[in-house]
Amino acid sequence: MKDIAQLVGEHPFFQGLDPSFCQLVCGCARNVRFEPGEYLFHEGGDADQLYLIRHGRVALEIAVPGKWSLSFQTLQDGDLVGVSWAVPPYHWAYDARAIELTRAIAVDARCLRQKCDADPALGYEVLQRLLPILISRLQATRLQILDVYGDRDQ
Amino acid sequence: MPPPDFMMPMPVKVMQRRQELATTWTLDVETGPDELAAFTPGQFNMLYVFGVGEIPVSFSGDPAGRDRHCFTVRAVGPVSRALTELPIAASLGKRGPYGTGWPLAAAEGADLALIAGGLGLAPLRPVLYHVLRYRQRYGRITLLYGTRSPSDILFRDELDGWRRRQDLEVRVTVDHAGSEWPGQVGVVPALVPTLGFDASNTVAFLCGPEVMMRLTASALLDAGLAPAGIYLSMERNMKCALGHCGHCQFGGVFVCKDGPVLPYPRLRGLLSLQEL
Ligand SMILES: Cc1cc2nc3c(=O)[nH]c(=O)nc-3n(C[C@H](O)[C@H](O)[C@H](O)COP(=O)(O)OP(=O)(O)OC[C@H]3O[C@@H](n4cnc5c(N)ncnc54)[C@H](O)[C@@H]3O)c2cc1C
Ligand code: FES
Repeated sequence: MKDIAQLVGEHPFFQGLDPSFCQLVCGCARNVRFEPGEYLFHEGGDADQLYLIRHGRVALEIAVPGKWSLSFQTLQDGDLVGVSWAVPPYHWAYDARAIELTRAIAVDARCLRQKCDADPALGYEVLQRLLPILISRLQATRLQILDVYGDRDQ
Repeated sequence: MPPPDFMMPMPVKVMQRRQELATTWTLDVETGPDELAAFTPGQFNMLYVFGVGEIPVSFSGDPAGRDRHCFTVRAVGPVSRALTELPIAASLGKRGPYGTGWPLAAAEGADLALIAGGLGLAPLRPVLYHVLRYRQRYGRITLLYGTRSPSDILFRDELDGWRRRQDLEVRVTVDHAGSEWPGQVGVVPALVPTLGFDASNTVAFLCGPEVMMRLTASALLDAGLAPAGIYLSMERNMKCALGHCGHCQFGGVFVCKDGPVLPYPRLRGLLSLQEL
């Protein structure tokens, strides 16, 4: 069985990370699994973990009280779930629900933030990996707002 | 002068009609004379609803079928609505086939990435029929189909059948979904990097809303595809469909005659212009 250092090092989010940094990250990481239907987190909750999916699928959803949940993105193998852990006030902005059996690496966000504060080079590495994800999600959101498959006049 | 057949709408009858989605119907229509029955995937006909008007509509059926033509039409305005309301045995006018098709012969030996958005799956469906019939002529084939929501998925049963095949990789994604949807949610361009194709040997066919095609083409280029390996099916309002009236002009391109299927290098620079 692979140990946590191997799993963290192999995950696309941390792939190629300097071994000393990897060791720091591993000190905050553990293996987790979610059954289909189980929530990773809920909107408004403390963003005190980040999840790196190894296998499975997670839906990001906005709940409309008393009606339904709208899924606006699904994430799968190799993806990072959640970005609110990186910016104050560290609260989740949506729900995340496993829609298949999902195995992930959970990283304690407080622990990681402390290590990033203590070692800005690690902080810069983490931000460099986070920024492209944020930008691609922003671009995807832009396309969703355009509702390109709707009527041209809408 | 082109032969008169190409100018004159040929009266044909609706043989069958099927509702695909809330406002989208597929009409099976008589082909008309034998010499007008054959078409290349990607080509279109001008369909004329008597007393209402005429619009371009792509072939959406099997190019090997000779007894009928299929057209999948979404009601967005007067002519398309009238088409979707035509009952079985009603007459309509039909002329064509017109335009360029997808470069299926040139793509033989290569891997294919077929990328459709919304109703754009209809003009690509004849490609799927063709490449699955001549499966050994192509490498890996991937179909990436994106649409608005699960209730907007076109040709759902056929997609399920294709998904079960071992020799075709089918990915369906929607822009948003309710919690009962077990599949993928996300926009098409964002999924391009996850397709894992061999950029040096892949030809991509794109059909869908122009913004979606533009951003998908960018994502394909970022993934290493050569511009000349990317083909887009363009839409512009048309009148003559013969390259005479200039109605469909897009920069130096006449979409009816030079297109609708065009290689990316011919469109580069035009796609992001606001109005032409
Ligand atoms: C080569 C080619 C192939 C085509 N193939 C198909 C096809 O297979 N099936 C099909 O349904 N249509 C197809 N179209 C599009 C169709 O020809 C147009 O939608 C046509 O303008 C509809 O005419 P109308 O009189 O019904 O509506 P119009 O009066 O032309 O338009 C009504 C309103 O709908 C909007 N609109 C027009 N076209 C679209 C569109 N495609 N998507 C969203 N909103 C639109 C317009 O902005 C307008 O406000 C094709 C177009 C081309 C150029
Ligand atoms: S429609 Fe007349 S030139 Fe293209």
